[in-house]
Amino acid sequence: MFRLADRVTAWLLLLPALALLVAFTHWPALATLWHSVMSTPKKGRPARFVGLDNYRGMVEDEVFWQALWNNLIFAAGTIPVSIALAISMALWVNGRIGGRGFLRLAYFTPTVLPMIAVANIWLFFYTPQYGLLEQITHGLGLPSHNWLGDKHTVLGAMIVVAIWKEAGFFMIFYLAALQGISPSLAEAAALEGASRWQYFRRVLFPLLMPTTLFVLINALINSVRMVDHIFVMTRGGPDNASTLLLYYIYQVGFSFWDSGYAAALTVVVLVILGAVAVFQFGFLERRTHYR
Amino acid sequence: MSRPASPLPAFGLSPAGRALETAGAWLLGLLWILPLAYAVWTAFHPSAFSTRFELGAPLTLQNFVNAWQAAPFARYFLNTTMLVTMVLAAQLVLGTLAAYALARFEFRGRDLVFGLILLQLMVMPDVLIVENYATMNALGLRDTIVAIGLPYFASAFGIFLLRQTFKTVPRELDDAARVEGASALQVLLKVYVPLARPVYLAYALVSVSYHWNNFLWPLIVSNSVETRPLTVGLQVFSSTDQGVDWSIITAATLMTSAPLLIGFLLFQRQFVQSFMRAGIR
Repeated sequence: MFRLADRVTAWLLLLPALALLVAFTHWPALATLWHSVMSTPKKGRPARFVGLDNYRGMVEDEVFWQALWNNLIFAAGTIPVSIALAISMALWVNGRIGGRGFLRLAYFTPTVLPMIAVANIWLFFYTPQYGLLEQITHGLGLPSHNWLGDKHTVLGAMIVVAIWKEAGFFMIFYLAALQGISPSLAEAAALEGASRWQYFRRVLFPLLMPTTLFVLINALINSVRMVDHIFVMTRGGPDNASTLLLYYIYQVGFSFWDSGYAAALTVVVLVILGAVAVFQFGFLERRTHYR
Repeated sequence: MSRPASPLPAFGLSPAGRALETAGAWLLGLLWILPLAYAVWTAFHPSAFSTRFELGAPLTLQNFVNAWQAAPFARYFLNTTMLVTMVLAAQLVLGTLAAYALARFEFRGRDLVFGLILLQLMVMPDVLIVENYATMNALGLRDTIVAIGLPYFASAFGIFLLRQTFKTVPRELDDAARVEGASALQVLLKVYVPLARPVYLAYALVSVSYHWNNFLWPLIVSNSVETRPLTVGLQVFSSTDQGVDWSIITAATLMTSAPLLIGFLLFQRQFVQSFMRAGIR
């Protein structure tokens, strides 16, 4: 048996952090479940149990499906490209390329800038008539286009911003991994007459796999969490074409003040994050150990 | 980053191929810096030149003066500074204590507690906005800086990072101090904390940049000039009608990002290494 004094000390050390975690993570997560089966309290009408009514409403809510679909496209568009770019960036910056210092700076800078601030810059970028993009396309003799005002291009425009913001961040993890790989592997591959692509495909990429999984988890979480730019650039429009789940939760919870429905929507996000967690513990944790 | 390791050696790559690749890397780099360069151009020139690129365009600081006077940015800076300081201090203290318990004490339920803590890596306060808002309301903390920081005080990420570090401290050091009669807290402060200094620095940089940039939760909880952090202040400023004067908006944008950006330019290596260190788990 462990010494009593030690046990008491341990729990005392844990107590402050644990209390706050329970209050602002575990409790709200459980309360969300509970509130998702309750009606939204209104003046003189307290919340009452409504069963699955909020979820029924969700199934019939076209905006919800659109937000979910948009989020899927946003994730599918952002993640593979930013990971591929991150690997290229890391390889370049880690190699003997001219101007390494500048390149590393350029790639990483978006990571330290506030999303809300860069969204302003990108908004200006995309502005019809006199934005930079418009000037370039005009110079090339292409027709004018309102990138954020057209529901077919708005999500793509957001994906570009997200890729730009994230690729340099992911680069860091690849850079760290690359520095742990012995250069003798490359020398051996070169001696064997492997091409550079073969070396990357057969040696480097497999060695980078744990990093890729780690980055993938981060990217998945970010695609749920990253909504700041929507507030600045589109407010979910036009016609909900750029609404993502978390942004929709914000709208329902704090513009329409429908807390019951917002809770049900939050449950969906929690289920998605739970699925990511299962994926992580199924694949990642088998090789990474906390001990 | 210190050694110029090259995991992709020449592999008999032709000079032309190498040049092509360098060009590609540079093109991407320029593309990546373009939005910032564009913002700098617009902010430092009169609005007549905000979309006209001429070498002889006159430089000006007037846009910054105008932006500074158009909104209470001084107050927003103060709020953000208080917020990030408070959050960091709380995270470091709470994280250190909890990490020490998890790394060096044996007690029943330790793994369960650790698992419950790690849950926050997935279920971040960022998505629990509706419930946490209700909690802050109930506590009477709405529209306070404390309420903006409170959900982040206990950071699973920080606890995890410090626990991993503390576990690498040789037990003999711990035991030796204990034999000399040091209490658990003294051992923590005298042995563990000093040895973990680089990790504290790394965590601090990551935490400060995260909370300097955080937006959604502060937007929801803060409702006045006295509590609004810079990000929310910038959003309020640029969304209320500024006559869409891009020069002033980009000046304000650069202003809000400046401390982090300058810090990053000055301590580039530390920043990159911190994010690296914090990422390897």
